[in-house]
Amino acid sequence: MAEFVFLYRSDAGQRKKAMGSPDAAQQSMEAWMAWMRDLDAKGYIKDHGQPLEEEGKVVRGTKQLVTDGPFAEVKDLVLGFTVVKARDLAQAAELAKGCPILRGEGTVEVRPVMEMRPPQ
Amino acid sequence: MTTYAREPALSAHFFRREAAGLVAALTRIFGVHILALAEDVVHDAFCRAMEVWKVHGVPDNPAAWLMATARNRALDVVRRQRTARTFAPELGRLLETEWTLAPLVEEAFQQGVIRDEQLRMMFSCCHPGLRVEAQLALVLNLLCGFGAAEIAGALLSGRAAVEKRLSRGKRSLARARVLFDLGAAEFAERLSTVHRALYLLFGEGYHGASSAAPVRAELCEEALRLTALLRAHPVTATPATDALAALMCLHAARLPGRLDGAGDLAALGDQDRSRWDRRLVDEGLALLARSAKGGEVSTYHLEAAIAAVHARAPSLEATDWHAIVALYDRLLALSPSPVVALNRAVAIGQRDGAERGLAATRAIADAERLSGYPFYPAALGELELRRGDRAAARAHFHHALSLARNGAERRFLEKRLACCE
Repeated sequence: MAEFVFLYRSDAGQRKKAMGSPDAAQQSMEAWMAWMRDLDAKGYIKDHGQPLEEEGKVVRGTKQLVTDGPFAEVKDLVLGFTVVKARDLAQAAELAKGCPILRGEGTVEVRPVMEMRPPQ
Repeated sequence: MTTYAREPALSAHFFRREAAGLVAALTRIFGVHILALAEDVVHDAFCRAMEVWKVHGVPDNPAAWLMATARNRALDVVRRQRTARTFAPELGRLLETEWTLAPLVEEAFQQGVIRDEQLRMMFSCCHPGLRVEAQLALVLNLLCGFGAAEIAGALLSGRAAVEKRLSRGKRSLARARVLFDLGAAEFAERLSTVHRALYLLFGEGYHGASSAAPVRAELCEEALRLTALLRAHPVTATPATDALAALMCLHAARLPGRLDGAGDLAALGDQDRSRWDRRLVDEGLALLARSAKGGEVSTYHLEAAIAAVHARAPSLEATDWHAIVALYDRLLALSPSPVVALNRAVAIGQRDGAERGLAATRAIADAERLSGYPFYPAALGELELRRGDRAAARAHFHHALSLARNGAERRFLEKRLACCE
């Protein structure tokens, strides 16, 4: 088993649409919970991860310049992550297909976590 | 890690139910002139809930979680914008200093305050200057948490039309600057407008309810819930409110029997009365008894009393048609309408036979107003059928079919037509 990080990305318009009315919000929420619960029940979840605030600061360069950002309006904003366990990258990508974020135009980026032990 | 697995599911329409209370509390703080700000804060709280709950699961008390989130955000907004904006004019300068701000925000989220603000919102939505379609759209949006698309589906109108009604309605709310004061001189008059809107909301759901359109049955539930809100406040819990609640309970009790096994409308005589909701019948009867206090007799009292006679009857034949005709007579005297006259004629047909029923139907004063109403020719068809004139009955049912407004009515009338063969 290897570990993978799912990075959830979306943009403001899509997020607003998914939460457009209270009932739409409820449907989105229920879809997410069902997906997470399913992954959890099958033992694929290593860490549920953390949701991220939409706005923060960016520190850049040798001058350690601090600017505001990214902004909520930005496209492909990272909203949060989950750590999953899967056989290989192909299986991890297969698992990501169930993510409700895909019903809007959001994406799931699947990134293998680097092996920490030295190669045998 | 296992917390997620034992997560309780969210109750049905959880966000919709919470939205109304949160908007009311936030409107108390911000003022109705910037209603959109309250709506933004609620939306924001929902988004945060979504991000946190989908990862960590639903908390033990999700309503309290949402409320705390909205409360903190409200404090934030007031602190950041109070120099640029004037918030609720009713609260005056109390939002300006930290000494009074936090307790005020805290207070706005108390259950009793939320209830009272929702009532004031309801009264504001039912402004007599707004057309009834706009009143209903506003009530559904602000007090029931329906989005524009859901309102359009429930009221069978276009989404663009609903959005226009909502934005115009909200502009009119904003112009008033404060929500309706329950102590105002025009209270009694406005209460009857509120009753009327809730009555129509219930009717929209009741007449459109079918298995194909479950959202419409929800309108009955919402109307009942809002009437219960009126009953919960001493000022709005009048005998007419009790009568309206009784009427809704007694009709809602019949909803499970209104559709037959195939999901089609069933005539009252064909309904399986064992499927009527006894709990709602009992509640309706108790409310009707309460509503008799004070001696006022509204149309809701009479309609509820008619529904009570039906609810108590073991069958169509064993119904007290004398009582029903007498109640329709009083209803007609209080509020003349050709639909009421038609129902009275049908009841006369049950009491005195088909001939008398036909005579009463033909004697309806302004029958031309029923020319587009399929149940007028359908009633004539029913009476002719009972009299044994199948040809005449067939002609009336054919006419009724040409007026049918939806699939459920069409299928119902086709079945009646088949009975004429």
